[in-house]
Amino acid sequence: MCTLEKRGNVFILTFTGEDQHRFNPNLIGSLLSLLSQVKAEATGGSALITQAQGKFFSNGFDLDWAQAAGSEQGAAERLHHMVALFKPVTAALLSLPMPTVAAITGHAAAAGFLLALSHDYLIMRKDRGVLYMSEVDIALTIPDYFNALFREKIGDASVRRDLLLRGLKMKGDEAEKRGVVEAAYGGEAEVREASVRLAENLGKRKWNGEVYAEIRKGLYPQLSAILGLTHKAYTIARL
Amino acid sequence: MCTLEKRGNLFILTLTGEDRHLFNPDLISSLLKLLSQVKAQATCGSALITQAQGKFFSYGFDLDWAQAAGSEQGAVKRLQQMADLFKPVIATLLSLPMPTIAAITGHAVAAGFTLALSHDYLIMRKDRGILWMPEVDIALTLPDYINALFKEMIGDASVRRDLLLRGLKMKGDEAEKRGVVKAAYDGEAEVREASVCLAENLGKRKWHGEVYAEIRKGLYPQLSAILGLSHKVYAIARL
Repeated sequence: MCTLEKRGNVFILTFTGEDQHRFNPNLIGSLLSLLSQVKAEATGGSALITQAQGKFFSNGFDLDWAQAAGSEQGAAERLHHMVALFKPVTAALLSLPMPTVAAITGHAAAAGFLLALSHDYLIMRKDRGVLYMSEVDIALTIPDYFNALFREKIGDASVRRDLLLRGLKMKGDEAEKRGVVEAAYGGEAEVREASVRLAENLGKRKWNGEVYAEIRKGLYPQLSAILGLTHKAYTIARL
Repeated sequence: MCTLEKRGNLFILTLTGEDRHLFNPDLISSLLKLLSQVKAQATCGSALITQAQGKFFSYGFDLDWAQAAGSEQGAVKRLQQMADLFKPVIATLLSLPMPTIAAITGHAVAAGFTLALSHDYLIMRKDRGILWMPEVDIALTLPDYINALFKEMIGDASVRRDLLLRGLKMKGDEAEKRGVVKAAYDGEAEVREASVCLAENLGKRKWHGEVYAEIRKGLYPQLSAILGLSHKVYAIARL
């Protein structure tokens, strides 16, 4: 499922196993619980890396579980349930009092892509894996907080159109070129290495975590509003 | 004036004749009528191409007709009338249940540029034709829905400033480079060919039209709100 470890100042959240790391209510519950733990244990200089084992970062919500409801209405209800359950995960990441890095070594699709995009920095493989918003291909509309995240994180309107309206499967080199990810590297080990290096460098800035989170929320005001996140003013100026 | 034909899954809306295709109340109503027809006949795999004959895509509202009112007040009233009549055309394009392409083989000016920009993909000539918002040059302010369209369709603030505040006459190669159009080609035949090719490729994805339109509206929420477009949630997941 998912595990949390700490290496020095860096928290590492890992989706374990070779499966698609689909977000069903159990996994979403675990994620939320681990992110709360990270928040509780945060100190000056902390950073978070979210990563996954296997071919997938995450392939999104568990549509099989939704369809196991047995009826079209039941499936729609279960899907809406997962969309609602996942919103606090996005909120927790948006308000996490430390820099966050998504180390994308496999496919990140739909809610899986959304999870990655909820991080401050995305590092991806060039040689394998795609970013893909499958909703247009499987006839699902996009939840409001998904739209807000894309709108505020990805400034280029034609990139948003290509990802959401065209269902483009974007590989690492294009993602890097078009500004969807921070950097793309030629292999799994390189991505993990680069993510650790970035996390450590960001940690060295020893930012005040609460202030960092406030500044982050200020960058994404419409998303923050949709997620119900409040604002605080800090004047803990360092001399 | 304007005609509608169907070639396989493609709807082709053509502004006919060698004139400037000025949007007077008659042409605006024809456009609206034909677009409603496209919407009614939409099926899975449909796509729309809007194109024009001659040197002009469209030169915008019929200012001669406005001035034929005989007084300044009368002209202003007629101009407002055209702006109000044109709003539903944009609303219909924004909610059209299929991918849309503007094949721009001539000058697209003012409301003509606005019409083009209301499509999902813009294809333009490199060698001839410009995109131009002359309102600043002729001392006309912009209706709210046109401002919203530019804001949400063109992410780059300096491009918006150059087009709206500087009255830049943008040629195809610059439009492609700066992300205003998807692609620019050398010649009329190449633009029409590329538009058909793109429309066919998009049609092959067999998107669910209503979901496609919802995802599109979600990409442009402020514009959708100004146009009075409502939202629906769909959860018709395909296996």
